[in-house]
Amino acid sequence: MTRDIAVVAFAQTDVLRTTDELSEVEMLMPVLHSVLDRTGLKTADIGFTCSGSSDYLAGRAFSFTLALDGVGAWPPISESHVETDGAWALYEAWTKLLTGDADTALVYSYGKSSPGSLRDVLTRQLDPYYVAPLWPDSVALAALQAQALIDAGATDESALAAIGARSRQDATANPHAQLSGPVRQGDYLVRPLRTGDCPPIGDGAAAVILAAGQRARELCERPAWIRGIDHRIEAHALGVRDLTDSPSTRLAAEKAGAFERPVDTAELHAPFSAQEVVLRRALELGDDVRVNPSGGALAANPMMAAGLVRIGEAAARIHRGASDRALAHATSGPCLQQNLVAVLEGEPR
Amino acid sequence: MSKEPVAVVGIGQTKHVAARRDVSIAGLVREAARRALDDAELTWSDVDAVVIGKAPDFFEGVMMPELYLADALGAVGKPMLRVHTAGSVGGSTALVAAGLVAARVHGTVLTLAFEKQSESNAMWGLSLPIPFQQPLLAGAGGFFAPHVRAYMRRSGAPDTVGSLVAYKDRRNALKNPYAHLHEHDITLEKVQASPMLWDPIRYSETCPSSDGACAMVLTDRAGAARSPRPPAWVLGAAMRSEPTLFAGKDAVSPQAGKDCAADVYRQAGVTDPRRDVDAVEMYVPFSWYEPMWLENLGFADEGEGWKLTESGVTELDGDLPVNMSGGVLSTNPIGASGMIRFAEAALQVRGQAGEHQVERARKVLGHAYGGGSQFFSMWLVGARPPES
Repeated sequence: MTRDIAVVAFAQTDVLRTTDELSEVEMLMPVLHSVLDRTGLKTADIGFTCSGSSDYLAGRAFSFTLALDGVGAWPPISESHVETDGAWALYEAWTKLLTGDADTALVYSYGKSSPGSLRDVLTRQLDPYYVAPLWPDSVALAALQAQALIDAGATDESALAAIGARSRQDATANPHAQLSGPVRQGDYLVRPLRTGDCPPIGDGAAAVILAAGQRARELCERPAWIRGIDHRIEAHALGVRDLTDSPSTRLAAEKAGAFERPVDTAELHAPFSAQEVVLRRALELGDDVRVNPSGGALAANPMMAAGLVRIGEAAARIHRGASDRALAHATSGPCLQQNLVAVLEGEPR
Repeated sequence: MSKEPVAVVGIGQTKHVAARRDVSIAGLVREAARRALDDAELTWSDVDAVVIGKAPDFFEGVMMPELYLADALGAVGKPMLRVHTAGSVGGSTALVAAGLVAARVHGTVLTLAFEKQSESNAMWGLSLPIPFQQPLLAGAGGFFAPHVRAYMRRSGAPDTVGSLVAYKDRRNALKNPYAHLHEHDITLEKVQASPMLWDPIRYSETCPSSDGACAMVLTDRAGAARSPRPPAWVLGAAMRSEPTLFAGKDAVSPQAGKDCAADVYRQAGVTDPRRDVDAVEMYVPFSWYEPMWLENLGFADEGEGWKLTESGVTELDGDLPVNMSGGVLSTNPIGASGMIRFAEAALQVRGQAGEHQVERARKVLGHAYGGGSQFFSMWLVGARPPES
């Protein structure tokens, strides 16, 4: 394929524990305006629009149909939607631009976790016949993974605590983060995970604009070129997976060209501290790689947007010259079941 | 920039029924996928990626079921993408899969859409109260009936047209072994005597609730060359969306539908759809949508669609057959319904539609819509590859 495609703009909301006073459309509108303003584009100028969200967070069917009102889809637009994290919406938009059917794409995603009990809600994405009826929640499953890592000698509780502390310290430079600064490691939530090992539950939205070739250069001083992007899924049942490893991340990274040259930055979607250990190993990240300078998902984890935020944060670092080659990762499903890796580069300065 | 031509080389459906209590969701989707692979004479290892779609997750009560279905669809270790664009999703899913081939990201893609409606009640799944929205509480029929009434008033169509469509589609379904409703004793009188549900929509003018899945294998030029059976070629493909509700919306003939069709025709070099398109599989969940969409898709002038229906043009042996398979009116696993339209269009141009085959089908349109008549996806497939 010969077409170069870049992230040219990124915007996100502050991530908040509750946003009772805002509808999803109201939460989304400022982000859409902000990302368009950064490029001077209007809705009618965008060639393709793709979004990510989940009906289960909103608690009703077709929740995304009203979000479209915030886009202002009139005259009618070329548009699609994935029922998962917006990182996969970005992937769909990237393939659309590759075909040449569009030169620009608007990608957005959002999630409000506050209306329900997120730990309960997420049990509904497990095998509906054998596992979901037992209601094993997302923290319990992540704890299984953390314990497996500790048992394998890959980490220990103090190392995990350090990951949480580093993330929240880095988040002090991120005005959108939900948790930042010194945060107590806290009591055990589900052994061996303490509250400090777990992500805050929050509401938020994000948006990205993609553009191809010359159009990207017109819209952004230093476009973050997508050198490769790939995603892979693993078996669902935890019993058939080695939870201390992430072969799907490794394969996606390989296909995205992540191992061809070192990256200087990695934005990893690791909602639980132990998952950063798994991902660092799968991605072969050295200590010289700046991991989650934004604070990552341990500082803000808006469901369905946190993966897109990772791509946006990595791209924004390239836009402002803080990175030349960055890796962005997104995950979906229990214990890192599905993983996406994008490699972004700025042109040499 | 040239796109890779996309070919449909495998099609598989389940026999659609009210309740498939003998299989899990995984068992249902695997059955359709297996049939599509068999049709293409390919194995799971020939598939580079899987693109799956379905309508709201609430219908089965499983959040993001693609995670759990990865194993059943042979997707482990592969990219798996999930699409959701309301009722149009079956069509959109096929288009996203076609996009992967057209962009040369993957050579062969398995795409599948499903719904297992027996796991819940779709009507009430669609009727949850939403703050600051007008209450619906009557499923899709309650939403669409006023639009049908508006069409009748605007076009002056006699109130018999809806029953003609239902009578035709249910008879067509008798020729399709995969169709859900096989009403062997169907008569026009029976349709007309069926109870009024949402005036002017009668019971026999509505779609059933079905369990079912539909799968297709899409591939590039090289893959098509290896195909054991004639491929169907994608000549034009597009999606369009507009907001649910706003003052300027024409709910009878939405602009997004017109724009989507125009884009497909432009890509396929179709200048006069009434002459150039041989047959149509269109998304008609309530019978009156046949004349409405005939106008929206450019097969008839505004207010004239019902005349095509009334004069028999859309019958199986008519000049422009519509819903040869029996359509959504006979089979409605919601998430799969759009893909079934796309797949049935491909079956026709491959000459493999069996008893409901249209003789001269060279170019056939597959159409899907969803939400409050706001999401549209369509493709035009042909027996010959695109010229370029």
